[in-house]
Amino acid sequence: MSAVPASPPAPALPPLRLAIIGSVDDGKSTLLGRLLADCGLVPEDQWQALLAECRRRGLPEGEIEYAWLNDGLEAEREQGITIDVAWRYFRTARRVFIVADCPGHEQYTRNMASGLSRAELAVLLIDASRGVTRQTLRHLRIAALFGVPGVLLAVNKMDRVGFSRERFEELVAPLAALARELRIPRLEAIPIAAREGENLLRPSARLPWHGGPSLLAFLESYRVPPPAREAARLAVSLVLRAEPEFRGYAGTLAGGGIALGDEVVVLPSGQRSRVAEIRRGFAAVPRAGAGDAVVLRLADERDVGRGDVIAAARAPLAVADQFAAQLLWLDEEPLLPGRRYWLRLATLEVGAQVTEIRHRIEIESGQRLAARRLEAGEIAHLHLAADRPIPFAPFAEERPFGAFLLVDRERGATVAAGAIEYALRRATNVHWQPVALGAEARARIKGQRPRCLWFTGLPAAGKSTVADLLEQRLHALGYHTMLLDGDNLRHGLNRDLGFTPEDRVENIRRVAEVARLMCEAGLIVLVSLVSPYRADRAMARSLFRAGEFVEVFVDVPPEVAAARDPKGLYAKARAGLIPNFTGVNAPYEPPEAPEIRLPAAEEPPERLAERVLAYLLEGSPR
Amino acid sequence: MSAGDARREPGTATIPAAMKADDAHLDRLEAEAIHVFREAAAQFRQPVLLYSIGKDSSVLLHLARKAFHPARIPFPLLHIDTGWKFREMYAFRDRVARELGLRLIVHVNEEGRARGINPLDHGAALHTEVMKTEALRQALALHGFDAAIGGARRDEERSRAKERVFSVRHAGQRWDPRRQRPEFWELLNGRLGPGETMRVFPLSDWTELDVWLYVRREGIEVVPLYFAKERPVVEHQGALIVLDDPRFADRFGPVRLERVRFRSLGCWPLSGAIRSDADTLDALIAEQFASRHSERQGRLIDHDEAASMERKKREGYF
Repeated sequence: MSAVPASPPAPALPPLRLAIIGSVDDGKSTLLGRLLADCGLVPEDQWQALLAECRRRGLPEGEIEYAWLNDGLEAEREQGITIDVAWRYFRTARRVFIVADCPGHEQYTRNMASGLSRAELAVLLIDASRGVTRQTLRHLRIAALFGVPGVLLAVNKMDRVGFSRERFEELVAPLAALARELRIPRLEAIPIAAREGENLLRPSARLPWHGGPSLLAFLESYRVPPPAREAARLAVSLVLRAEPEFRGYAGTLAGGGIALGDEVVVLPSGQRSRVAEIRRGFAAVPRAGAGDAVVLRLADERDVGRGDVIAAARAPLAVADQFAAQLLWLDEEPLLPGRRYWLRLATLEVGAQVTEIRHRIEIESGQRLAARRLEAGEIAHLHLAADRPIPFAPFAEERPFGAFLLVDRERGATVAAGAIEYALRRATNVHWQPVALGAEARARIKGQRPRCLWFTGLPAAGKSTVADLLEQRLHALGYHTMLLDGDNLRHGLNRDLGFTPEDRVENIRRVAEVARLMCEAGLIVLVSLVSPYRADRAMARSLFRAGEFVEVFVDVPPEVAAARDPKGLYAKARAGLIPNFTGVNAPYEPPEAPEIRLPAAEEPPERLAERVLAYLLEGSPR
Repeated sequence: MSAGDARREPGTATIPAAMKADDAHLDRLEAEAIHVFREAAAQFRQPVLLYSIGKDSSVLLHLARKAFHPARIPFPLLHIDTGWKFREMYAFRDRVARELGLRLIVHVNEEGRARGINPLDHGAALHTEVMKTEALRQALALHGFDAAIGGARRDEERSRAKERVFSVRHAGQRWDPRRQRPEFWELLNGRLGPGETMRVFPLSDWTELDVWLYVRREGIEVVPLYFAKERPVVEHQGALIVLDDPRFADRFGPVRLERVRFRSLGCWPLSGAIRSDADTLDALIAEQFASRHSERQGRLIDHDEAASMERKKREGYF
């Protein structure tokens, strides 16, 4: 690097990833803007544009709204708030900084958390005059959940409290105690007045009692605690094939270095091999370190795919399918136990569900509260079950294998970010008891193909009537059947469940599991259940083999169903006597691609039953 | 205290003392960008690399080659051609594609071309809307690409500072900055809802300086227009425009020769040059450290109206 002129020798620390967090109006964007301006890091044209904007918007002469340097969206400048994270990159004489300027509104917690997740230091702002708010506590808790290794409390607007040392200490003490309780490894505090530029670059004469460094001096000298070194792991992103016969596993090394000849184990399969080749970029290299993007070739033919982990054999990752975890819920739709999501961990994606919410954490008090659902911005401890065993590590030990997302299966949206705490039990100990006879054998002796006919539709659409007629027809033809009627099951198996969204999910899960067992027994199962949510029907479908699940949409316009109303339920619901009644005050999501759609307003039930029968007999063994 | 007084003179604080850390930083940026490339290749059905011939595209292409080596880059390159790029850019593009054996798709908005849309008669805004934004939407739809990998960096401009690495575009390639998908750690969620596509930005965390330091370290070839040379220039709308072809020569004032270079390249009538003597990478990097101006200041398209980049992005711009 000698070619660059004027580079004085300096103790060069690695770049620092910062997130500026805290409640709205505590001065996050102002702090960053002022810091950049005072360091002479605002380009001239951007500075002129800012001055012009301040004039245009009628600020008094000489006053500058530093926050506008960062609030990059029109809506943000109009409303004077930060909606999404602004990423800023700057270098001072001593260090390079990557800064996430995070929004403070509760409504934008998901964006704030996005900015925070990769931070090596969180700068948590507090307005000295207003004190600690709910958002201050929320942000501190999220920083702890995401494993941010250090927090700097920047007590801002000290000018408004007369630069009082007592006020500063009164604010810091309880937060320091909470940080210890949350096991945040390091917490420091600095008093500042961002808009006035006090104690940003240089120690402030108005804070003589503060013996510590200025904010910038602290940031420039902050040493990030190194991550615990484990053994090498490579989450396979992609299998690369090239001529002649090259087959390599591409991914980013985590945890430690790897060298040619090292013994490795492929997870979750457990196959062993040795490292035969390491490539980094265009070159073959004898070894590579943590953080390197590499391609590995193994000495033996092994079945390795995307999502698998190649780990040092001396210290492999554990494998499990059920976990205790902590997460931050992000989505406007609530989290419901039993609903199916995609779980993303390292490079793998697997179906999963929350089996139980142990408790949610009340933001202010930290109290553990019972919860049956989670709303956006809530933090909870819960149990997760993946569809198959996956390699993982506790988040606190190895973040790359303990951090996960939950993804909505229809919208693709990221609905939660979380941290695995520990495995509930090792999947290697939970075997499926092998049985000699399979579903096919049981069905063969009955001379039929097992099916689950899932009748969905509005209340009073005619589901049970059609299912009942169809079962009679099938029985007459000599088929072995079983009818599971939603209403009837609520008298027994599901009598402990109500009609809230949570209970509906559990209701459907139980019915689907029973139907699956009956299919295993070789039966043709008819399920008649309103099952209003697409996601829940998708969950039911996922339990069955391909072609076994037949979604039958009994389609009537809502007004027809309401007019029929044989049990008088619509009338009661409209009178407000039944909460959560589908079609009146709870939604029904019609299937997008059902196997069969029955036009139940136009045809009599006998004809509809014939339609389903025709579908079944087509390609049937008899 | 007047706020302006507190500002330190540019250049005094920005001298590259943190240089020792730079090599390690480039290693990290490189590894992170490669991870993004590999995740994009693994998660999308049909990704494409948006290639615009500039320095960022050169770095992007270099990283893509590294990410998949010794296999080939598993997606084609797409150049949205407005018909107004510098001749040196076209020559560079064609030679790079040929030498590296890449599949290059060049797309022109033929309907815009037939209407004779150009930056001089129709202004930067309309020209960009029709020949770039609209053209990009056409090309992505025409080929059915579900992800477009681009070289945008967050440090370029303040609405780009808000971008995700995997950035969802709703139906019609529209960006909704108020409803961005959250993004955590290095976990990239490429799932798409109905009608959605993805923009992918492997250089999100790179600064302009990082790009140049990396170009130097890796010996990456860039278009010679980035280096100072005597070129025929005219003053036009407050910018120094290098006349690159005879079209509309009569629109401009007197031509003179000046030693200039570009920090950012686009259509020639819309790209402002800077006066400079930096004719080597070292000189260019040194000049970069001392610069008081942002990279896109020479881009006429950014200054049409306040927040104009955000508006263009919402419409589906790069």
